[in-house]
Amino acid sequence: MTETPVLAARGLVKRYGRVTAMDGADFELLPGEILAVVGDNGAGKSTLIKALSGAVIPDGGQILVDGEPVRFHGPLDARRHGIETVYQTLALADAQDIAANLFLGRERRRGGLLGRVFRLLDSRGMRAEAERVLDELGIGIRSMQQPVETLSGGQRQAVAVARAAAFGTRVVIMDEPTAALGVAESAKVLDLIRRIRDRGLPVVLISHNMPQVFDIADRIHVHRLGRRVAVASPRTHTMNEVVGLLTGALRMAEDGTVEEARPTVPAGTPE
Amino acid sequence: MTTAAERKPSVGEFILRTRAVGPALALVVAVALFSLTTRTFLNADNLSLVVQQSLVVGTLALGQTLVILTNGIDLANASIAVLATLIMAKMALGGGSAPVALVFGIVVAVAIGAISGGVVTGLRLPPFIVTLGMFTIVTAAARIYASGQSYPVSDPLLGWLGNRQYLFGRIEVTYGMGLALAMFLVAWYALTKTAWGRHVYAVGNDPEAARLSGIHVRRTVLSVYVVAGLVYGVAAWQALGRVPNADPNAYQLGNLDSITAVVLGGTSLFGGRGSVLGTLVGALIVAVLRSGLTQAGIDSLYQDVATGILVIVAVAVDRFARGRQA
Ligand SMILES: Nc1ncnc2c1ncn2[C@@H]1O[C@H](COP(=O)(O)OP(=O)(O)O)[C@@H](O)[C@H]1O
Ligand SMILES: [Mg+2]
Repeated sequence: MTETPVLAARGLVKRYGRVTAMDGADFELLPGEILAVVGDNGAGKSTLIKALSGAVIPDGGQILVDGEPVRFHGPLDARRHGIETVYQTLALADAQDIAANLFLGRERRRGGLLGRVFRLLDSRGMRAEAERVLDELGIGIRSMQQPVETLSGGQRQAVAVARAAAFGTRVVIMDEPTAALGVAESAKVLDLIRRIRDRGLPVVLISHNMPQVFDIADRIHVHRLGRRVAVASPRTHTMNEVVGLLTGALRMAEDGTVEEARPTVPAGTPE
Repeated sequence: MTTAAERKPSVGEFILRTRAVGPALALVVAVALFSLTTRTFLNADNLSLVVQQSLVVGTLALGQTLVILTNGIDLANASIAVLATLIMAKMALGGGSAPVALVFGIVVAVAIGAISGGVVTGLRLPPFIVTLGMFTIVTAAARIYASGQSYPVSDPLLGWLGNRQYLFGRIEVTYGMGLALAMFLVAWYALTKTAWGRHVYAVGNDPEAARLSGIHVRRTVLSVYVVAGLVYGVAAWQALGRVPNADPNAYQLGNLDSITAVVLGGTSLFGGRGSVLGTLVGALIVAVLRSGLTQAGIDSLYQDVATGILVIVAVAVDRFARGRQA
């Protein structure tokens, strides 16, 4: 019954000076699921996923991939484990074109002497592949040679999502991928997330949009003040309950039932 | 059926994307203008001289372009080259082997580039400050090493780049021109056809995005300073080919002149955008202006004024272009 999480974390801590962005954060992503991560602004969601993707090195705690402890020294390490991430900032090189961005940091060289000795890139091959990937995701962009800065917000987001979807082999993580999108574009991204899941890849989705979360997620990780305070299910919990959990008005008991936060400690009282 | 990837960009898109096109047009206009307004500008000898006069600053500007693409700047480049000329000349004068002197001068230039790059990446200090310090140190070191003298160079290897041939029996071409052209082409290839080049642009464009994309940002920047050092070492050899005399007081404004060439070539001082072919054009623009204005009888101080105005215009155009894109 108990599956080994594909990606897990125990007691992650990260401090920036006097700000504690993560304060003993736990995390578990199960095979094949869409896990939503919800929490207030500043709760530490982005820091958590940056630790899981190697972009931030935690001060303490442990990360496990398929149950094995790992240490990520940079984003490349996480990538090598098949973990791909769409960062909140997208991490695109604006002046470079779509194909270059899709393959940024993992460019393909031509075969033979040209590639080995002269390090010649397979630009045409990468363009064709970029076109195929974007096409498959139903993203209508005309030219792979367009600089990313000439794209609309939604198109830029689509390029970043396509990059993660194309290269992820174990986990795809997305930090607020629909935040800048209109309704139609958001629907496309959600559709894409489902398709990634249907390919067997688990997805971590950070989102502020509760209806969206309840629509798509298999489980909901509730983050508050730098740590996970509850794991809810869209089937057994209501939106109001999840909102209560992330604001701290409600708490989750050992048995998974949601109740009023302890009334003996008035809100705002320091510990 | 044509697919999207094969769609040819429009002429307008091409001009916007190929930043060297504007500078190339400016160069053509300048050449045409001086050809029409003076009787001495347009002839094979003068044009050859113009190119020869742009060799040293052009080579310095090549290294400068690489550094500026990473959103850096190198104020030490000319001082490094001057120190290298002195090392080459003094070692060869002391009865040393010329090949060893040449290689040693270049190695010192590479080493200084590596130190600048190491400090910039290791201590995360602004390149402006680091290379300003390096400029001061290397200039002083060169003067100490030269003990107030300049050193004539008679060795054929050290002066080799000054050798000339006549194309079609008319056009004077020096070996230095051939080497400079080759270096620009190699740099163009490395920047546009290899992963390293894409990383250089990405790092200059947005270092955090580059890091998150798995690029070794600091390693890439360090490699740029090392390669730039190598280019400055070759600039020293070019200088000895032009004037067979190593002078500690030469090229005192070489750092600023190289930045001028880079900017006139359309490379953005904000990093991540530009091309070495633009810089080649930029270096030629400076030399054409100097020569043309001289032939038109305009005092060299006014030539400085004209160059200065052009630099400001070029940066303003870049700013404007960026503003529209953002
Ligand atoms: N690089 C950083 N330097 C300083 N403080 C940071 C940094 N990154 C995050 N923080 C702080 O850590 C806290 C959590 O931020 P973040 O993980 O971005 O939260 P969320 O994504 O949930 O909005 C915030 O108080 C934020 O200001
Ligand atoms: Mg965030």
